Amino acid sequence: MKTGPLHWGAGMAGLLAWRNLAHDRSRFAVTLVGIIFAVVLIAMQIGLFLGFSDSTTNVIRHTRADFWIVAKGSQNFEVTLPINERELFLARSVPGVAQAEALLVQFTTWKTPGGGTESVIILGTDLNTGLAGPWNIVEGRLEDLRRPDAVMIDRVFMDKLGVSRIGTRVEINNRRALVVGFTQGIRSFTTSPWVFASTRNAQRLSGFAEDQTNYVIGRLRPGADPQRVRDDLVRTLPRTDVYLSEAFAARTRDYWMFTTGAGASVLVSAVLGLLVGVVIVAQVLYATTVDHLPEFGTLRAMGAPRAFIYKVIMGQAVISATLGGLPGIALSLLFARGSEAGAAVILVPPGLAVALYGVTLVMCVLASIVSIRKAMSIDPAMVFQR
Amino acid sequence: MSAQALETRGLSMVYGTGDTAVRALDAVDFQVAAGQVMALMGPSGSGKTTLLMILGCLLHPTAGSVWVEGQALAGLSTQALTRLRLRRMGFIFQSYNLFPALTAAENVQVALELKGRDLGEATALLDLVGLAGRRRNFPAQLSGGEKQRVAIARALAGDPPILLADEPTAALDSVNGRAVVRLLGDLAHAQGRAVVIVTHDPRIGELADRVVHIEDGRIQDQF
Ligand SMILES: Nc1ncnc2c1ncn2[C@@H]1O[C@H](COP(=O)(O)OP(=O)(O)OP(=O)(O)O)[C@@H](O)[C@H]1O
Ligand SMILES: [Mg+2]
Repeated sequence: MKTGPLHWGAGMAGLLAWRNLAHDRSRFAVTLVGIIFAVVLIAMQIGLFLGFSDSTTNVIRHTRADFWIVAKGSQNFEVTLPINERELFLARSVPGVAQAEALLVQFTTWKTPGGGTESVIILGTDLNTGLAGPWNIVEGRLEDLRRPDAVMIDRVFMDKLGVSRIGTRVEINNRRALVVGFTQGIRSFTTSPWVFASTRNAQRLSGFAEDQTNYVIGRLRPGADPQRVRDDLVRTLPRTDVYLSEAFAARTRDYWMFTTGAGASVLVSAVLGLLVGVVIVAQVLYATTVDHLPEFGTLRAMGAPRAFIYKVIMGQAVISATLGGLPGIALSLLFARGSEAGAAVILVPPGLAVALYGVTLVMCVLASIVSIRKAMSIDPAMVFQR
Repeated sequence: MSAQALETRGLSMVYGTGDTAVRALDAVDFQVAAGQVMALMGPSGSGKTTLLMILGCLLHPTAGSVWVEGQALAGLSTQALTRLRLRRMGFIFQSYNLFPALTAAENVQVALELKGRDLGEATALLDLVGLAGRRRNFPAQLSGGEKQRVAIARALAGDPPILLADEPTAALDSVNGRAVVRLLGDLAHAQGRAVVIVTHDPRIGELADRVVHIEDGRIQDQF
C-alpha cells in the first residue's frame, strides 16, 4: 500500500477546498466581497499615508540641492522666519560649497478673480540655476516666470484659485500677479496650493525686502565630504540650522507625519484597516469552516491526517485570498489613479500592490488558524452522534 | 487460535462522573471473525454506538481491552489509532456523511487518496455497489439508498478488512435497507471482511450471520 505525504498533495484536499467554497455561491460571493472590501480598505489607508508622506517632501525632493540653510529653530518647512541674504554670501565662502542661492517659502493670501480669498504658499526660486522651481510644467514656459508679476500654479488647484487659463490676473497679498503657466500634479500637504515664482517676484508678493529669504540652498563641490561641509556651514552661519537634503526631507516628513499627529492618525487608520480586514476575512472563512464542520469530523473519523485537514482549510484561505485579493488590488489601483486628479493623492506603487497580495494571503492564513483550531477541536466520534 | 478481526474483553464505558455518571457498557466480551457479518441490536440507549466507537478507535473505554486483528489498542498513541483506522477500517454512517460538494466518484477518491491508492479505483468501487452510471452525480442528486451505496464504496476504498456501520439502513425504506445489508453481506463473505452493523431493525438482523443483543450496556445473548 502506498502512503506518504506525496499522495496528499494539493489533490483531493485542494479540490475539497475549492468545492466547499464554490458549493455555496452566495456565501462565497459574500466572502469575496468581504476580502475585496478589506483589501481596498487597507490599500486606501496605506495609500493615503504614502500619499501624505510623499507630499510633505514633494518640493524638497524636487529640489536638486545638497544642503538647506534655515533660520535657527525652524520646525516646519512651510513656516520659517526670514533670514538675511548675508547668510547666502557667507555660505558661498565656505570651502566645498559649489553654489548657493536663495529660496522663498511663504504663506500668503490669494484673491480669486471672483473675489474669494484662499491661502497659498509662494515658492520663490532662482530661475538661472535650475536647482529649484516648478516641475511638470504643462502649459507656459519656465522663462515666462521672469516677467514682472508672473506666477504659475498647478492645474489641480485651478478651480480652487479661480483660474481657468494663462493670462488670468489675480491679486496676491494685495499685489497684482499674472498667471503665466500651469504645472500638473504638484500637490501640497498643507492644502494651501503652491504658487511658483522667481525669487524677485516672490519677495515682492510676500512683502519681503530684497535681502530677505527663507532658505539658502546650494550644492557641494564634487568630492567634498558632505558632513564636513555641513559642520563648516554650521560654524560659519551661527544664526541658522543647516541640513543635508536627505536629513532635511526626513525631518520635514517626520514633523508632519509624527510631530503634528497628522500622519499618525492616517497610520492608525491603516493599522485599523488591517485589523478590520483580518477580522472580516477571519469571520467569513470561519463561517465557511463551521458550515463544513461535520465533514471535517467525517475526515477525522476516516483517519485523515491533520495535514490533510490543514490543507483543506489553508486551501480555502489561499483560494479566497487570490480570488478576493486580486480584484481588490485592481480596484485599489483604479482608485489610486482616480485620485491623481484630486487634492489628496492615494499612492499605490507596484511594491504596495504586490505587498497587498502578500498581506491578503497572510490575513487569510492567519484567519484560517481560528478555523483550523475549530476543525481540530471537534471530536471525530461526533459523526456517530446525530 | 487465529486472531479475531475484533475482540473485546471486560469492556466498560462510563460517561461522566459522580451523580451524572452513565454506565453505557458493562463488562462486554465480544468477538467478530473475518468474513462474518454481525448485527448488533438493542433498544435505544443500550450502548450500541458506544461499543462501535470503541471498536473504531474513536473512543477510549473506561476499562477492559480491545484487540484489532490481534493488536491490543491499549497504549497506542492517538496518531497510531488514526493510522489504524485509516488503513484497516471503513466507516458507514446513518446519515451517509458524504461530502456534499463532491461528486460520487470524488467522494470515493478522497478516501482513496487518504489511503494512498490510485484515484482510478473509484470507478471499480462504484461499479461494485452498482452505481457505475452515477459517478458524476452530487449527493443531492442521489436517493438515500444510492447515497448509502456511495458511502459504502467510500468505506471500501483501500480494501479495509473491517467495516463498521451504525444504523446504515435507518434512513432507508425496507427494500433499500435490505439491499444495502445484502451488499454488506456479500462484501464480507466474498472478500473475507469483518462487518459490524448496528441496527434496530429485526429484519436486518435476519440477514446477518450473527446477532448480538445488548441491553443496558450488557450483552444478552450471542447466536
Ligand atoms: N457523550 C456522552 N456523554 C454522556 N452520556 C452519553 C454519551 N454518549 C452516550 N451516552 C449515554 O450512554 C448510553 C449509551 O448510548 P449509545 O449512544 O451508545 O446508545 P445506542 O444504543 O447507540 O442508542 P440509539 O439506539 O438511540 O442510538 C445512553 O444512556 C446515552 O445517554
Ligand atoms: Mg446509536
